[in-house]
Amino acid sequence: MTPHENADREAVIQTQDLSRHFGDVTALDNVTLTVPRGSVFGLVGVNGAGKTTLIRHVLGLLKAQAGSIRVFGLDPVAEPVRVLARIGYLAEENDLPDWMRVGELLRYTRAFYPTWDESYAEALRRTFELDLNAKVRHLSKGQRARTGLLLALAHCPEVLVLDEPSSGLDPIVRRDILAAIIRTISDEGRTVLFSSHLLDEVERVSDHVAMIHDGRIVLCDRTEAIKDSHREATIRFDEPRGEPPSIPGALAWSGAAHEWTAVHRGSPDELHAATARAGGRWVHQRALSLDEIFVAHVGAENLVSAEA
Amino acid sequence: MQIHISSSDGVPIYLQIVNQVKYLVAAGRLNHGEEMPPIRALAEQLLINPNTVARAYRELETAGIVEKRRTAGTYVAQAGSPLSRQQRRRILQERVDALLAESRQMDVPTDDLIQLIWQRDKHMTTWPTGGRHDPA
Repeated sequence: MTPHENADREAVIQTQDLSRHFGDVTALDNVTLTVPRGSVFGLVGVNGAGKTTLIRHVLGLLKAQAGSIRVFGLDPVAEPVRVLARIGYLAEENDLPDWMRVGELLRYTRAFYPTWDESYAEALRRTFELDLNAKVRHLSKGQRARTGLLLALAHCPEVLVLDEPSSGLDPIVRRDILAAIIRTISDEGRTVLFSSHLLDEVERVSDHVAMIHDGRIVLCDRTEAIKDSHREATIRFDEPRGEPPSIPGALAWSGAAHEWTAVHRGSPDELHAATARAGGRWVHQRALSLDEIFVAHVGAENLVSAEA
Repeated sequence: MQIHISSSDGVPIYLQIVNQVKYLVAAGRLNHGEEMPPIRALAEQLLINPNTVARAYRELETAGIVEKRRTAGTYVAQAGSPLSRQQRRRILQERVDALLAESRQMDVPTDDLIQLIWQRDKHMTTWPTGGRHDPA
């Protein structure tokens, strides 16, 4: 039995050593990850890290060059209809037909989805204050995003995929999007995959996070586990030092002379033991935001890959 | 229930909820028998994952601050602080040590500090919700 068979129950999306090159550029480099059913899975990384390329594989818009991807246990390139019918998708650029009116666009999209829920669509339209007679061309950026969100949600997809949904939007529209994510997973069994470079939003709503950099997964775990396994620790030495001590799991150092501060990944016990071995004392610690953890990893990515 | 979440200071979000609910109870702004918002409603209000709210409620339940009722729903518990005298003393001692370290560093005599504590206590008694700062 391959790992993909029978995987539909616990994993809605699964990639195995997925790689993609565009000419000389490596967009995805041996990406292996699992998006569990019912999770809010946050994909974070700087622009160009590979987030959109990964999402395009999920939607079957790109074919795996090496490795594999399965969505609901299916190959999204071989079975696009069966896969896409169960996915709601909102793209960053949000490509809507400019010449249509909002009402026409809703009727047009509805025709593709047997699962379209008309009363839900109407409720969303009222909440978002969308005018059915407005031309798409004349919508503000925020109203465009809301229209795209309505189209992604109204057929009650099992998986909602959002590519940089908050990018360039005002706080009120961003709020609508986050609320939609939360409402989606409050309904039993539904899953959200969203990419973002706004780490504070990801920390709020995600229960799983994958950090991607230069096409590689730098870190992938439950949000809680990532938070628990990272801390900032300050270590004090009786004698001044010219360089930081050697501590396994230390990702980034700052400081000088008597006091050195590290972003540490690992257990507090390991850090205590390593600190004692280095002849120092652990004088301060602080919990880190996801943003700070991300910066420490991306800055120290070579160190991480050397350890792995 | 007024709760503010910050995701920039590193404190886990569930812990921010736990700390702020404890504070609201201590300040008399959440009273015994009051119903807590449903998990889903609080998640939508704060724009956070519902599992995070669920974890905060579990921690608060373990600490004896809220209780689940058979009729579904979570309520502020009737019991007082479930902490033993020793535990309460230990928690306060940590705070006092931090305060003393700060005042010594600023060359404030301990007598002046004690005077200030009396003053603030009087202030808090006169204005039950005034003069306090959010703990988070």
